[in-house]
Amino acid sequence: MDSSIAKKLVLPLTMAMVALAGNAMAGEGAAEITGAAATYVANNTWMLVATFLVFIMHLGFATLEAGLTRSKNTVNILFKNTAIVALGLLTYAVIGFNLMYPGDFSIPGIFGFSGFGIGVSPENMMVTGDDGVGIYTYWTDFIFQAMFAATAATIVSGAVAERVKLHSFLIFSAIYVAVVYPWVGSWKWGGGWLDAMGFYDFAGSTLVHSVGGWAALAGVILLGPRLGKYVGNTIKPIMGHNMPLATIGVFLLWLGWFGFNGGSVLSADPVAVSFVFVTTSLAAAAGIVGASALSWIIQKKPDLSMALNGALAGLVGITAGADVVSVMSSVVIGLIAGALVVVSVMVVDRMKLDDPVGAISVHLVCGIWGTLAVGIFSASHSFVTQLIGVAAYGVTCFVAAFVLFYLLKITLGIRVDEEEEMKGLDIGEHGMEAYAGFEIKNV
Amino acid sequence: MKKIEAIIKPFKLDDLKAAMTELGVQGMTVSEVKGFGRQKGHTEIYRGAEYVVDFIPKVKVEIVVATEMVEKVVNTIVATVKTGKIGDGKIFVLPVDSICRIRTGETDKEAI
Repeated sequence: MDSSIAKKLVLPLTMAMVALAGNAMAGEGAAEITGAAATYVANNTWMLVATFLVFIMHLGFATLEAGLTRSKNTVNILFKNTAIVALGLLTYAVIGFNLMYPGDFSIPGIFGFSGFGIGVSPENMMVTGDDGVGIYTYWTDFIFQAMFAATAATIVSGAVAERVKLHSFLIFSAIYVAVVYPWVGSWKWGGGWLDAMGFYDFAGSTLVHSVGGWAALAGVILLGPRLGKYVGNTIKPIMGHNMPLATIGVFLLWLGWFGFNGGSVLSADPVAVSFVFVTTSLAAAAGIVGASALSWIIQKKPDLSMALNGALAGLVGITAGADVVSVMSSVVIGLIAGALVVVSVMVVDRMKLDDPVGAISVHLVCGIWGTLAVGIFSASHSFVTQLIGVAAYGVTCFVAAFVLFYLLKITLGIRVDEEEEMKGLDIGEHGMEAYAGFEIKNV
Repeated sequence: MKKIEAIIKPFKLDDLKAAMTELGVQGMTVSEVKGFGRQKGHTEIYRGAEYVVDFIPKVKVEIVVATEMVEKVVNTIVATVKTGKIGDGKIFVLPVDSICRIRTGETDKEAI
C-alpha cells in the first residue's frame, strides 16, 4: 500500500495497541477499546469467515454435480450453479432477508415482511447477543444468511440435471429462493410459530436441506427420468463422467460446512464453535464409514460415489443438532445417515425417480433424519415437536414446489425435447461444449 | 501392398511398436477402440444398479507394408502380443489400392 495510506493507518493502529496494552495493565477501565468491543470484532470476523466458507459450497455443488453427470451436460450444470448464486444473493437482498427475519409478523407466527431492500440505520448496525455483547454487524448478518439462501436453491439443480429446461429452472429457482425459502424459514429462524413451539434446527437440516430436498422431489416427479434410465423394470445406470470432480466437490462442501455449522453459532464463542467443528466432522467421517460399509456389502465392492454421498449425508444429518448432541451421538447420527443414503439412493431409483446425484437421498431423507435425531439424541428437545416441524415444512415446500413446477410445465414446459437430450444440453441450451479441445475439430 | 489391422490388448502396444521398429516397419497408426469377440464382458454396479460391460477397451494398430513383408509382420505381431488368455485380439490383412505421401508426392511402393 502507498505511504500516505500507511501513515493514515499507523496512528489509529498505534492508539489501539496502546489502548489495549493499557487495558491489559489497568483491567476494564476507561480505555479506547473495551473487552466487549474486542469480542464484537472477534465475533464479527469469525462470522465473515464463516460467510465465505459457506460461499465456497457453491463451487462444491458445481463440481460435485458436474462429476456425477455426463460430459455433454457439464456446461449446463455449471451455468445453473453459477446463476443460482446470483439469483440467491440478489433476491435475498431485495426480498428474502426481510421475509425471513421480518421482526414483526403481520400474521402472527406465520408471515411477516419488513419491506423491500436491505439497509440499516447506524444505531441498529450492531446486532447483539443475549448478553448484550455485539456478535455481528447488520451487513454480516445479511451476507451470511444470503449465502445460506443460495445453497437451498442449488440442491434442486442436481436432481433435475440433464433434462430440465434452463429458463424454467431459473424461473423456478428465483421464485423458490426469493419467496418460499425465506417465508418458511421465518417460522423458525425468524421467530415464528415453530420457534415458539420449541422446534429446533441449528443450521438447517430442515430449513435449508429438506426445503431444497422437497423441491428436488417435486421436480424429479414432474420431470420424469432421463431417456434410457429405466427400461421396462431394469435400471440402466448413467455413470457420472468425472469422479475426481465429484470428490473435489464433496470436500469443498465439507470445508464449507465448517462455516455452515460453525457460523450458525452466530458468534465466535470458543467452546460452542469448536464443539460444533467436532460434531460436524465426526458426523461426516461416520457418514463415509456407514455409506462405504453398506455399499461394500450390497454392491460387493465399495462405490466411491456412495462414500462421497455418505460424507454429505453425515453432514446434513448433524446440521440440525451439531451444537446440542453429544460427540458420541454425532458419530451415531452420521453412521445412520451414511447407511440411510445408500438405501435411499437405491429405493428412490427403484421407484423410477431419477435423481442423478442423489440430492433427494442426501438432502431430503438425511435432512429429515437429522431433524428427528435432535429429538432422539437431545434430552431437551421433543421428538414430536421435531416431527411437527418436519411435516409442516414437508407439506408446504413440497406443495409449493410442485405447484410452481407444474405451472411451469403446462406453460413454458420444464423438459428439453428428446433430440436435445440426446445431443446434450450444452449444445441445446448453451451452444457450447465443456471439453472443447477433446474432439477433432476442423480448425 | 497390404494393410495390416491388428486389434490387440492395450498394454501390448509398446511391445508391438518395439518389435515393428526392429523389423524395419517405418510407421503405424494407432487408435483406442472398444470391442468384443468371444471374450465376454463383465458386470459392474453403479449406485446400486447392475449393468454389463460388453465392450472391452482395445487398441487398433494399422500398418501398411509391402506384400512380401506381410507374413513376417503378422507372425511377429502374434509372437509379441499373444498372452494365451482370452481376448488377445485379431489381425486382418486388407489389400491397398494406392498410397500417396503428401509432402513429396511419392506414390505406392515409394510411399510405404
